[in-house]
Amino acid sequence: MIITCPYCGPRDVVEFTYQGDATAVRPDQTSTDQDAWNRYVYDRANPAGKHSEVWQHSGGCRAHLVVERDTLTHAIGVVRFAREKTAKAKAARPAAPAKKAPARKPATKTGARRRAGK
Amino acid sequence: MSGRRIADSGRIDRDRPVDFTFDGRNYSGFAGDTLASALLANGVSLFGRSFKYHRPRGVLTAGIDEPNALVTVLRGAKREPNIPATQLEIYNGLVTESQNRFPSLGFDIGAVNQLGAPLFSAGFYYKTFMGPVIGPLKGTRFWMLCEWFIRRAAGLGRADYEPDTSPYGRMNAFCDVLIVGSGPSGLTAARAAADAGKRVILSELDPVTGGSANWSGETIGGKPSADWAAEETAALAAMPNVRLLTRTHVWGYYDGNTLAALERVGDHLSAPQPGAPRHRHWVIRAGTVVLTTGAFERPIVFPGNDRPGVMLAAAAQRYAAEFGVLPGRRIAIFTNNDSAYHAAAHLSAAGAEIAAIIDTRLTISNGARELAQKAGGELMLGHAVGGTSGSRAISGISVRQVDARGTVSGEATSISADCLAVSGGWSPAIHLASQAGHAPKWDEDLQAFLPPNATQNWIGAGAFVGAATTAEALRGGRNAGLKAAGAMASRAQQAKVDAPELDPHPAPIFEIRATDGKSGKAFVDHQLDVTAEDVRLAHREGFMSVEHLKRYTTLGMATDQGKTSNVPGLAIMAAARGIAIPDAGTTRFRPPFAPVSLGALAAERFGEVKPDRLTPMHDWHVEHGAIMMPAGLWHRPQIYGLSGETLEQAYVREAKAVRQSVGMVDVSTLGKIAVQGPDAAEFLDRVYTNKFSTLPVNKARYGLMLREDGLLLDDGTTWRLGETEFLMTTTTAAAGKVMQHLECLLDVRWPDLNVALTSVSDEWAGTAISGPNARKVLETAVKGTAVDNESLPFMGIVRGEIGGAPVMICRLSFSGELAYEVYCGAGHGTHVWEALLAAGEPFNTLPYGMEALGTLRIEKGHVTGAEIDGRVTARDLYLDWMLSKKKPFVGSAMMDREGLAAEDRIRLVGIVSLDGQPLGGGAHIVESSGREEPRKSIGHITAVCYSPALSKYIGLALVNGGKARHGQRAFTADPLRKRYGPVEIVSHHFFDPDGSRMHG
Repeated sequence: MIITCPYCGPRDVVEFTYQGDATAVRPDQTSTDQDAWNRYVYDRANPAGKHSEVWQHSGGCRAHLVVERDTLTHAIGVVRFAREKTAKAKAARPAAPAKKAPARKPATKTGARRRAGK
Repeated sequence: MSGRRIADSGRIDRDRPVDFTFDGRNYSGFAGDTLASALLANGVSLFGRSFKYHRPRGVLTAGIDEPNALVTVLRGAKREPNIPATQLEIYNGLVTESQNRFPSLGFDIGAVNQLGAPLFSAGFYYKTFMGPVIGPLKGTRFWMLCEWFIRRAAGLGRADYEPDTSPYGRMNAFCDVLIVGSGPSGLTAARAAADAGKRVILSELDPVTGGSANWSGETIGGKPSADWAAEETAALAAMPNVRLLTRTHVWGYYDGNTLAALERVGDHLSAPQPGAPRHRHWVIRAGTVVLTTGAFERPIVFPGNDRPGVMLAAAAQRYAAEFGVLPGRRIAIFTNNDSAYHAAAHLSAAGAEIAAIIDTRLTISNGARELAQKAGGELMLGHAVGGTSGSRAISGISVRQVDARGTVSGEATSISADCLAVSGGWSPAIHLASQAGHAPKWDEDLQAFLPPNATQNWIGAGAFVGAATTAEALRGGRNAGLKAAGAMASRAQQAKVDAPELDPHPAPIFEIRATDGKSGKAFVDHQLDVTAEDVRLAHREGFMSVEHLKRYTTLGMATDQGKTSNVPGLAIMAAARGIAIPDAGTTRFRPPFAPVSLGALAAERFGEVKPDRLTPMHDWHVEHGAIMMPAGLWHRPQIYGLSGETLEQAYVREAKAVRQSVGMVDVSTLGKIAVQGPDAAEFLDRVYTNKFSTLPVNKARYGLMLREDGLLLDDGTTWRLGETEFLMTTTTAAAGKVMQHLECLLDVRWPDLNVALTSVSDEWAGTAISGPNARKVLETAVKGTAVDNESLPFMGIVRGEIGGAPVMICRLSFSGELAYEVYCGAGHGTHVWEALLAAGEPFNTLPYGMEALGTLRIEKGHVTGAEIDGRVTARDLYLDWMLSKKKPFVGSAMMDREGLAAEDRIRLVGIVSLDGQPLGGGAHIVESSGREEPRKSIGHITAVCYSPALSKYIGLALVNGGKARHGQRAFTADPLRKRYGPVEIVSHHFFDPDGSRMHG
């Protein structure tokens, strides 16, 4: 597997550390919604196919990247800085009251993405 | 069968005779021979005994697909079993043995197995040895009894037990285009890509490139095809952007277009070349892969099809054309397609008598008819071979009429022949494509599985994609090469191929059966002795899916991985089920394509690729008698032992010195992270359970970090060096983990925070100086700052100089004594360490190691990684006072979950050995006494020492109920180390619980 780091260029996967599902949404720091926290920490969609993941270029520039990876073929799609993605998502999303996150069913892939503001 | 050498033919070098032995007999061949060709030339037909029935077996193929002729190669005491004789190049002094025979190949006792053949049908083991004991002859116990005999009687070659001392190599390679297989299509693909300027690797599993061009007898561009291939190869070899890898099989296709290959560098040499490995493992990263792996000829399954002398038609042709060996004098041809006519004509031209050409089809192409005329011998259309005769080699065949479904009937005609060349059509070698593609596609015309749609970046050409002619292969190869190179198609002249026009489509016949059923065994998988009847038995017993079929009959599971048997086996199952072949399914091919030596995979891996981390004072420790111990990647002093001292005596002496006067320990290994930026304080408030924004500049605070799930991650002190600058310390072991945790939070969760993290673990050298006289030592050593209680209170930070080197001193204690941590630039580490030691001389300052450090912290009840093991909460360690209720932090939402707050969790306690014997880390604590029933564990010991302060063996433990058990008696149970004994559960604050010593 080769991941193309936006800073460092194409690098072997051994230089990277998997840092989890990029579709998981961290509830607001002040949120006490146990279901939302539970979803964030434990619920994963485990899709067969395209998946959005966080990888850290730990053996390189140490930036966290959002990597689109196909879990069936290991094909790597778009790679972006995690920092940019979140910043954009924040900017793009109207500030919603944090408390209003209603209890939902375990995150589906599309659902989680929508919440991530993608 | 009586093979013989023919004059002036093949690529062997007749000026270089080669002597070798097979089963103790001396033989002679020529350079370029394989063991198979050389033995055939010597008239040998019997190569081995079969796996289960010990039937005599000869050579079926001329290549890597060989299921029968497996031999053991001996080099000195080394035995390498199961090498196909068809792949083994002979060299002077080669010693080989046949396999699976006793006492000899010619007379084999195990052949009696054939008499009991009905016993050994598919599922023999399951039926005989599994299930309940009924009478004396069933069940697992019976298996134990029989296993020894069965293991001896069945099987393949025997390996030796010596360590493998051969050198192996490893190579990483990169190329724009990798071409796998160097037949006509591979060579043209390589040429096209190389001419376009691409970096090309061309791999070939045989010693010479050319593939079918070496034996097809066609002409390409007006030249004999073998000469054309040699010229093309020479042209490629002269190009600087081309690398040719012969004797190399690409065996694995992994993601990212990464392929694994094995190069057999030294197997064909009498003695290894100095410095060269025996095998070399290649990891090849290719931009585009061109698969030109060709096709394997299939046998037809018929009764007696395993008798030595029965051989694939193209293999017979190959022996004549490539090695100058006629596999028989009077050769019969049996086929369901046109390609065998090619072989017939070739063998006839080489001097063999063609006994007959037996074709299952009623009509054949004109091209085939012409070739048949050239070959001579009776052409028997609509016929099939229904049986063979001969003892250790074939002497005759019986031929009967056959219908379109393969059923023979009518009078049998006997034909004498000493070789039967069989062709059942061709199966593209789609193994690599299957590893990098979807399910293969069945082609009804070719009666074969064609390569699947690619999931990786490869293109196919030649017989691999079902190309019927060499002209088509050349065209396909060229196009594939151009496409792989990203080059435009050009109008370059394609070399003209002169070959007879043949019908590429075989008749859909895979097995010949007689209606009377009395026809003897017909083998599908020669290597594991799986017959057509076994496949039908599997069907009758319900193992109909192809995956079940494989496992029940072991079809295709031998070292050849069913290269000759998969498709016929599948066809027989499909026929039994009355369905079409593609509906019966196909198994996907996994790596490796062909066997790979473990030595090559392990080549050039020397230990772990991890750095040894040494502190700036490392050399000093070693020079001063420290015994170093690993702590993660770090090397740390364990003790500074005196001669004659035990480990315990040494650390007790060191720990006593700290409590009585003063000691020094190297703490440079602590993780250190510079946290800087306008939002640094806010960031720390979020990641620590307690508040850091309220921490004054030049003060330090002890902090706890949780994971998102609310469990403890790490602890450590963080020093505020300025309004926007902190120095965080972590435990030695968790430094990397904590750094990554913090970076992830900043990058992914809170990119709006303006904070920079820098690992500065290696920038600072740290010395902890502890004991009642620590301050007096500092007062002597430090210039530029006062260190009295007022100037440097508990958790205060000052800056000064020691021996002229700038230092930063923080008053904090891990030992429970009055203690300071002195940090300086790493380059000054030893200088400052020595200066402190010199200043401490009047107080008998001792350096102390990890054992004493551990002892002091256990006495004090401080926790480390031994307790923070990823399963404990802050409450479990009675650190809940550090969990701020005023602010959220990482883990705050999850830490109060029911299970994490439960009363019966295991929590931190101290334990004291009551029998005066040492305790063992990791031992369990049980309620009932000892040995008999040490079952119900109430917890375990995390750290142990002999406490000089208490004069007892003590430890820390995590015990169910924690504090509630203080004062209770329990027992330690350590069955592995056979240590049982009474303990008392006490508070983990063994020593100076109110902290008066460190605050003093």
